[in-house]
Amino acid sequence: MHNPQLNKDGELTHLLSLDGLPERILTQILDTAESFMEVSARDVKKVPLLRGKSVFNLFFENSTRTRTTFEIAAKRLSADVINLDINKSSASKGETLLDTIDNLVAMHANLFVVRHASSGAPYLIAEHLQNIGRDDVHVVNAGDGRHAHPTQGLLDMYTIRHYKKDFTQLRVAIVGDILHSRVARSDIHALTTLGVPEVRAIGPETLLPKHLDKLGVHVFHDMEQGLKDVDVIIMLRLQNERMTGALLPSAGEYFRHYGLTPQKLALAKADAIVMHPGPMNRGVEIHSAVADGPQAVILPQVTFGIAVRMAVMSIVAGN
Amino acid sequence: MPLLPDVSTSPPADAEAQCRQLAELIRPHLHRHPAFIGIHSGGAWIAERLKESLGLSEGIGLIDVSFYRDDFAEKGLHPQVKPTVIPFDVEGRHLILVDDVLYTGRTTRAALNELFDYGRPASVSLAVLADRGGRELPIGATYCVWQVELRDGQNLVLTRHADGQLAWRLENA
Repeated sequence: MHNPQLNKDGELTHLLSLDGLPERILTQILDTAESFMEVSARDVKKVPLLRGKSVFNLFFENSTRTRTTFEIAAKRLSADVINLDINKSSASKGETLLDTIDNLVAMHANLFVVRHASSGAPYLIAEHLQNIGRDDVHVVNAGDGRHAHPTQGLLDMYTIRHYKKDFTQLRVAIVGDILHSRVARSDIHALTTLGVPEVRAIGPETLLPKHLDKLGVHVFHDMEQGLKDVDVIIMLRLQNERMTGALLPSAGEYFRHYGLTPQKLALAKADAIVMHPGPMNRGVEIHSAVADGPQAVILPQVTFGIAVRMAVMSIVAGN
Repeated sequence: MPLLPDVSTSPPADAEAQCRQLAELIRPHLHRHPAFIGIHSGGAWIAERLKESLGLSEGIGLIDVSFYRDDFAEKGLHPQVKPTVIPFDVEGRHLILVDDVLYTGRTTRAALNELFDYGRPASVSLAVLADRGGRELPIGATYCVWQVELRDGQNLVLTRHADGQLAWRLENA
């Protein structure tokens, strides 16, 4: 099957989704990110790889952390970064997405980082670039609708590999609002590709998508059972802005059942790590004692995220 | 460069012996307390040999120039980048950059650029086992034990066997 992310030599030219990416490419990105970690520790936190290239951050949906880390990553690669706040510009004047892209290509854009509320928007852009014969312009998906958030998935894999070394012996639990979470989808694809033998999804029935078992995921509705003996816990944010209808009685009720407290964390392995893609809702999905505790690796995730985004941008821009 | 025997027909040079010769060329200059930095991967192996032969106590640096190469636009990023590790402060130090083969000079140029992002060394010298000519930049080796002529398309590659021994391999494109 044709994978629009890969060029004719099977190399990554856009990053749209982790679904369908072979292990060798995921591992290449993680290995490259490891080299970029060292760059961020230097006095001069810059390498000249993307000197003279223009990276356009196209955020059709709000995000502070992801946009900022992409901006830092691009600047550490010496690219020029242009942030476009689309809500305030052309789209609100009626310009179509692809007309916006054509205009930016005419301004000599080399790479688009795209966040969009509609699933598939980055695919549409990548396909359009191919149709107009611009295989020298690249697209990185920074989150599309409920579909995928591949760089978050990759930084989660980087974090797990950093602390646990070997994927093939792990039990990983993803907890919370999986239904609305593009992070969960990207994590599940990557964990499976990298050979994690047991991926668990824990949450109330109303927040778990149907047919998760078809992805090889073990489903739990009870934290006590689901967290038992896990090595890695990935907490998800309760996505109030994506909730339609009454899926939950109340935030307090949710915290009682699915909030990660020190007591519930004690059920996991003693050296289990706690991850969260941010922003956290303290007292809703995670207790402050856990978020600030010794097993939390939430802030290292942010640091790793810069190196991972440097790796992704430099790999696609070179192919 | 003197006329040399064709390496593809003459017996292969002993890379291990050449490492020892290179160490002897450098030994008279140790009073400057140079710090050694090997270019990944062949240069790093040779730097390890130099550290042993010269009895150096300080750790050696390892540099991977992938992020500084000038052919990124044509070739993209090398699929196996290794982290650069420099376990000492380069500021004010006399550095000896170590590589296996000096050819176009472009790798050395990239390494110099990377080094200067770590600080301002007092000096940088270049130590190589083999100089095959064909320079495209004004760069020369300070220490070199083997001048070798190769045909276009031929490549001299330093390899490390399972037992850790270094050896040359001649590749024909």
